[in-house]
Amino acid sequence: MDLNIVWFILIMVLFTGFFILEGFDYGVGMMMFGRPKNERSQFVRAIGPVWDGNEVWMITAGGATFAAFPHVYATMFSTFYIALFLMLLALIMRGVAFELRGKFQYSDWTNFWDFGIMFGSFVPALLWGVAVVNLLRGLPIDYQMHYIGTFLDLLSPCALLGGIFFMLLFAFHGANFLLIKIADKKLLHELQQKSVCLGISSLIAFALFAGFAFADTDILAKLSTVIFLGLTVAALIASCAGAASGCGCKAFISSTLAIALLTIGFFTALFPRIMVSSISPDLSLNIYNAASTPHTLTLMTIAAAIFVPIVLIYQAWTYRIFKERVTPADIHYH
Amino acid sequence: MDALILSRLQFAITTVYHFLFVPVTLGLSIFVALLETWYINSGSYEERIKLKKLVKFFGTIFLINFAMGVVTGIVQEFHFGMNWSEYARFMGDIFGAPLALEALTAFFLESTFIGLWIFGWDKLSEKLHCLCIWIVAFGSNLSAFWILVANSFMQHPVGYAIEGGRAVMTDFGELVTNPYVFGEYSHAFFAGITTGGFLVIVVSAWKIATDEVSREIFVRTLRRAVLYTLVGVLGVMGSGHMHAQYLAEGNPMKLASFEALWETENPAPFAVVADINQEARRNNFEILIPNMFSFMVHNSFDGEVKGINDLQREAVEKYGSGYYIPNDVRGMFWSFRAMVGAGGALLFIVFVTGCLVFFCRDKIKEHLCCLKLMPLLLPIPFIANSAGWYIAEAGRQPWIVVGLQKTAVAVSPNLSAGEVWITLIGFTAIYLFLAVLAVFAAVMFIHRTQITEEE
Repeated sequence: MDLNIVWFILIMVLFTGFFILEGFDYGVGMMMFGRPKNERSQFVRAIGPVWDGNEVWMITAGGATFAAFPHVYATMFSTFYIALFLMLLALIMRGVAFELRGKFQYSDWTNFWDFGIMFGSFVPALLWGVAVVNLLRGLPIDYQMHYIGTFLDLLSPCALLGGIFFMLLFAFHGANFLLIKIADKKLLHELQQKSVCLGISSLIAFALFAGFAFADTDILAKLSTVIFLGLTVAALIASCAGAASGCGCKAFISSTLAIALLTIGFFTALFPRIMVSSISPDLSLNIYNAASTPHTLTLMTIAAAIFVPIVLIYQAWTYRIFKERVTPADIHYH
Repeated sequence: MDALILSRLQFAITTVYHFLFVPVTLGLSIFVALLETWYINSGSYEERIKLKKLVKFFGTIFLINFAMGVVTGIVQEFHFGMNWSEYARFMGDIFGAPLALEALTAFFLESTFIGLWIFGWDKLSEKLHCLCIWIVAFGSNLSAFWILVANSFMQHPVGYAIEGGRAVMTDFGELVTNPYVFGEYSHAFFAGITTGGFLVIVVSAWKIATDEVSREIFVRTLRRAVLYTLVGVLGVMGSGHMHAQYLAEGNPMKLASFEALWETENPAPFAVVADINQEARRNNFEILIPNMFSFMVHNSFDGEVKGINDLQREAVEKYGSGYYIPNDVRGMFWSFRAMVGAGGALLFIVFVTGCLVFFCRDKIKEHLCCLKLMPLLLPIPFIANSAGWYIAEAGRQPWIVVGLQKTAVAVSPNLSAGEVWITLIGFTAIYLFLAVLAVFAAVMFIHRTQITEEE
């Protein structure tokens, strides 16, 4: 296996980690919608100790893409210019909101920042869905690896459907996370119903999306992709069943698996391409024509082999420290 | 204005804004860590309660600042691909590695352990909790190292080759031991100590002057912060001086530009003030101290210092015809004087404050009005930091990577001016808006929080 393939897999691992971990952070943010202040505070407290570390998975996925596949980084980030700008605004609001929402007890102040958290959760979830669909469908990329379309070209019905699917999936995943983090029985019961609804909605959105994908892209031509996406459906159903039966653990582990399988499915669909050109298959960016030199890839492989396991260990330890459920009393803590 | 100039403006605004918070993170993280170490090692029960409250007090200020630094940092990472895609293509093989290492080795550390620190007061042992803030401090300062490794390559490329139209890494060891890194990192590190320490001085002074209840306890942080900041100011001056001497060989054009030395001279005089005429490539008017510039560079009153015009001729010989002089010599010249002036002013202020708190402690109450005015001085280190970066980056122009790629060809070709206008206005607006709210939250917190001996 050459280093380019290793790095394709590593980037996939980083994006999988990002979608799983920030997936439930975004989801918890979305679940705050329409909830009273004390419940929103419990939700924020549930992800409070970990969201910042989770967000670094996205930053690392971006940085690793830059190091291993600089052309992908260059083309992708300049292509999604306005979309990434909107995402950055959302993430800026969200990050500052977590810190400032509790600084004053006025409800206007907290409501404003909670709006920031919700905005900062809906928008990235939607935009990542849009981005992923565009990557799978292919973009007008010319012989110089430059995107020659406009921002509005990125918002096709299929892409928007993908965005909605991601929003529902992350909201579902976030609801499942809350099922294992919230102590209040009455609230848990409501969350359980929400989770089942969201699970079924994501399944429907996924089915619609798969139909579009079948008609519009070549991703279902690969058997491995079909298998991974099929397993995703199975995991989603298991997750719904877990939520319905009141087993938060089962629901959360299954939705985690579903997101992992989905991400792996998408990456296998792309392989060995990373950005598909809709102009000609020869113009696609792949793991060879977009890559760094073997020297840099070797260096980065060594770094990743050392540091990714270390990160996993201390992040897992953090989750262990904060494994207890959040009670309504905890929200006055910070 | 086209997409290029707008992208440059956007990068300048967002970086300078980002770097308002970064030095505070670098310096205040270490200060809070020292404070907590002091807390867990102190003996008496009353003392411990007070110190713990102080740790939480400055910890809260640190966290507001940290959040601002983190969110504005993501913007910077995305920028390289969003606005500077041709730079990312040309430099990715080299520049991507330190950026990825920064995320992998530093961002994960600081972001994970800050969560443990904030929420772990009752869940971790005292020592483990204190270790968390030390890890945050280490992670922050390590991340500064990686990004300055990347920046130093742009100022002074080493350990590379040009293959297939792009720069490729040949020696990672050379990249991290780039002599430019040493000057830049030590200067930025001590600037962080200075900025973080000075913030503690100002906040403590303000609390002493305005909050009778908490007065006694903030004298303690004021004393510690004076010593801490003093280390920072002296360090920043020493490292800055060394770095400027190194520039004589590392990047002589930058050195000559911020001193507005147009012709090569031996011995070279130092211009205190100058009316710079960039078009005619000379100074219309200048006040000089003879031999001084030679002394600053060579530690001797003789010695040649190369002028801008000779360096331009050398650059034309080396790279072909073109204009290789930074296009804002005047701005660099005055930024340098602002930076050095701010550093000198800080040294004076810290010294005077130190005399007050160490030698005239009983008389502090007579000087409350002076302490009350301290917040007016808070901008000084921030002005120095921004001016310093302006010199570093304006002095790199017209290059994005000195000698290898020009800024003008590095911009993303698919961007229209309209698109960059949208983002430029958007980032500026949200940054101004958040600055107001974050400063408001911090000031109100400082104002309202009283630290007493009761639990």
